Amino acid sequence: MLSLEILHNKQSTISKIKTYLKNNTADSAPLAVFRIFFGILMFISIVRFWLNGWIKTLYIDPEFHFTYYGFGWITDFGEYTYILFFICGLSSLMISLGYKYRVSIIIFFLSFTYIELIDKTTYLNHYYFVSSISFLMCFLPLNCYYSLDSYFSKKSYKKANKWTIDSIKLMLCIVYFYAGFAKINSEWLLKAMPLSIWLPSKYDIPLIGQNLMQEQWVHYFMSWGGMFYDLLIPFLLIYKRTRILAFALVVFFHLFTKILFPIGMFPYIMIVASSIFFESKIHQNILNKISDIINYLTSLFSYELIKTVKLISNPIKNKQHSLTIVIIFFIFQILFPLRYSMYPGELFWNEEGYRFSWRVMLIEKRGYSNFKIVDSITKKYFYVQNDDFLTSYQEKQMSFQPDFILQYAHYLGNHFKSQGHENLQVFVDSHVALNGRSSSKFINSEVDLYKQKESFKHKTWIIPFNDEIKGF
Amino acid sequence: MRKTIFILLLFTIYFSCSTDEINESEPVSLEPVSPNTNSSTPDPNSNSSSNNSSTPTSFDREAMLIFWADSIIVPAQNKFKNDLLSLSSSISSFSSNKSQVSLDLVREKWFDAYKSWQHIEMFNVGKAEEINYGVRMNVYPVDTDRVESNISNSDSDIENPNDYSAQGFPAIDYLLYGIGSNDSEILDKYTSENSKYLEYLLVVSSKMVELTDTVISDWNSSYRDTFVTSVDNTATSSINKLTNDFIYYYEKGFRANKIGIPAGVFSGSTLLDRVEAYYRRDISKVLAIEAINSVSDFFNGISYNGDSSSEGISFKNYIEFLETTKNDFPLGQLIIDQFESVKISINNLNDDFTIQLQPENKLDMLITYDIIQVAVVLLKVDMLQALNINVDYIDADGD
Repeated sequence: MLSLEILHNKQSTISKIKTYLKNNTADSAPLAVFRIFFGILMFISIVRFWLNGWIKTLYIDPEFHFTYYGFGWITDFGEYTYILFFICGLSSLMISLGYKYRVSIIIFFLSFTYIELIDKTTYLNHYYFVSSISFLMCFLPLNCYYSLDSYFSKKSYKKANKWTIDSIKLMLCIVYFYAGFAKINSEWLLKAMPLSIWLPSKYDIPLIGQNLMQEQWVHYFMSWGGMFYDLLIPFLLIYKRTRILAFALVVFFHLFTKILFPIGMFPYIMIVASSIFFESKIHQNILNKISDIINYLTSLFSYELIKTVKLISNPIKNKQHSLTIVIIFFIFQILFPLRYSMYPGELFWNEEGYRFSWRVMLIEKRGYSNFKIVDSITKKYFYVQNDDFLTSYQEKQMSFQPDFILQYAHYLGNHFKSQGHENLQVFVDSHVALNGRSSSKFINSEVDLYKQKESFKHKTWIIPFNDEIKGF
Repeated sequence: MRKTIFILLLFTIYFSCSTDEINESEPVSLEPVSPNTNSSTPDPNSNSSSNNSSTPTSFDREAMLIFWADSIIVPAQNKFKNDLLSLSSSISSFSSNKSQVSLDLVREKWFDAYKSWQHIEMFNVGKAEEINYGVRMNVYPVDTDRVESNISNSDSDIENPNDYSAQGFPAIDYLLYGIGSNDSEILDKYTSENSKYLEYLLVVSSKMVELTDTVISDWNSSYRDTFVTSVDNTATSSINKLTNDFIYYYEKGFRANKIGIPAGVFSGSTLLDRVEAYYRRDISKVLAIEAINSVSDFFNGISYNGDSSSEGISFKNYIEFLETTKNDFPLGQLIIDQFESVKISINNLNDDFTIQLQPENKLDMLITYDIIQVAVVLLKVDMLQALNINVDYIDADGD
């Protein structure tokens, strides 16, 4: 009897899921609002990037790029890289307008992701977030309502499958939850590291710099507060009764971190994205406001928009494979950040499985890596001046990350080999300091890195971390 | 649900508390902390903040900048300027009386000025940065072809960046020691008919005076006050710029240029002509000693004119304030000890680095390089981590 009951329950859960995925519908206004503001923010990000001159300094100027394993074929296009950014910016505007949405979002995802893959020196979690969410958006009907597509096709869908909205929420929950999960470690909670290093150096912030930022209890409070914030905010946003407070926290938290750290567009992206949790009434109000503005503007030119768009009450149908791909996407999103647990040694030191895991502002790490080119037969050697090959940003990032060090060692080896050096070996004298500890030797300087191959396997030539960090 | 509300309450209470505190302490933070703001020469005993055993919550950064400016940078610049003017006037007297005696006087004055130059090369801020002061005064090896062509063309305009390696101390080094194989040959170059060598010597030395005047008068008029009040932790603040300059100088101007490059550390083969003062030869060690002394004095906070008792606030105190230890050893002391090892190691080298770089002696030069290198890691990784100052400002977003 009991087993039958469980079986029955199981079946009912499955059928519940089935109904949820197939029949549960929701108002599509949140999708439209998300699309509009996502597009605008992305456009601003691209313009900002362009105006700051970063296309040149980060992508065109460097002689050589640190590529991701498996993506070594990706490179910049010299001066034509600007076209790539132009395409990316243009597609983000089209996303916002909801014009040829499906093509635009695919172009945006591909161009943005391509840019990020050019050089991992510039890796930021929030760029990965943009790539992830824009991939997801390729499979969501964000143009079904309040878009130029619906205007031209004269069909506007008031409803959409609930899972399409929930999938954006789920993505945000994963980001926040893993970010909080990663903060549960002895460095962050028991030593208030690295905030104990970073906050006192903000002595120049008006009002709080000379006092609060110098107080140890503030470092601990902000460490613990940040951890709880990240872990709990998804739930607080989901529950209706705590939602407004949660959103206020989101705004406060992100603007506060913006004051403290140079994190660019990230706070705004997270604030706008979190608004997806609100009820559709609010989104509808926002859309109405936008309509008011558009109507006012068009009335100025005594031009009237002909409203022939038909509101369709049936929910928009999704493409057949969309749901399958979204499910696979989320399985990946949930599992991929956990890959670090399959590597031996200290994650913060080895950084194997560190990226793409929502580990945001978690460690203070600096290094100095000096490469030695040796002729294995004559034993003649010389040292490399890193600034001959790398920009200062690349050198900084390379000096404490093992995969950068390996790739650079191979680049140097190939470079000097092409200059006619023979029996070439590449060694590195590398010292790294983590979270306020004194610097110590990072890479085994006896190992010829030119003979080591990049792979997903553990890098045995990293000298193990000489301390213990507990936690996730 | 109850739990979440409880936690939320905690959040709000904490946040409201912290904002209260912000408001309360507002007037305090608007007041400059420095007790030395008004005095141009700080009382060396006033750096109580660093000696105090109870941990103070703020470090007097402005006092540090005032000490750097008034007790190290400006006095060193003034000393240098005097030496440079002596050099310049010795060249004038040489031009009216081209004798061995007056040539020797020029050489002596050049050597004096070159030594005091070692104490200001690292301060690449303000006008110095703007006009490429350091590069135009002391980039070596000198481009002798360019010097010779400028001389034969009577080219007195040496503003072109290609002329940077045909002026400054290295150019004078060549003009005083390199244009002939012995003194009488050199004198002949100056005394022979239609000789333009003297003309170029005057051009180079007056350019050095002109550039130095530009830098120093800016310090004297307005830059000093701008400098000492710029205490923020930003890419353009005085503290961060000078910290970067200091480390850059130690790594490049001192480690690489004086020792590493001539020793072939970066090329695999010895490059004798890269030695500083290559044509004079026997002073390369003295110049290196001057340089490491200026580095270590700056780090320790020893004033330029002073004896060891006139100490002020500098990196050593800043690090002590931040309580950084390396292997249970104070980082500041570790760096000081390393500088001392560097001094000892250089002292054991030959006065003439071109002799030290001969194959049978070269190993000692390489060992010296390694000893210098140890402090690069301490400065660039450990000290900058403690100070939380970035190396070479990178204009990009963080995570």
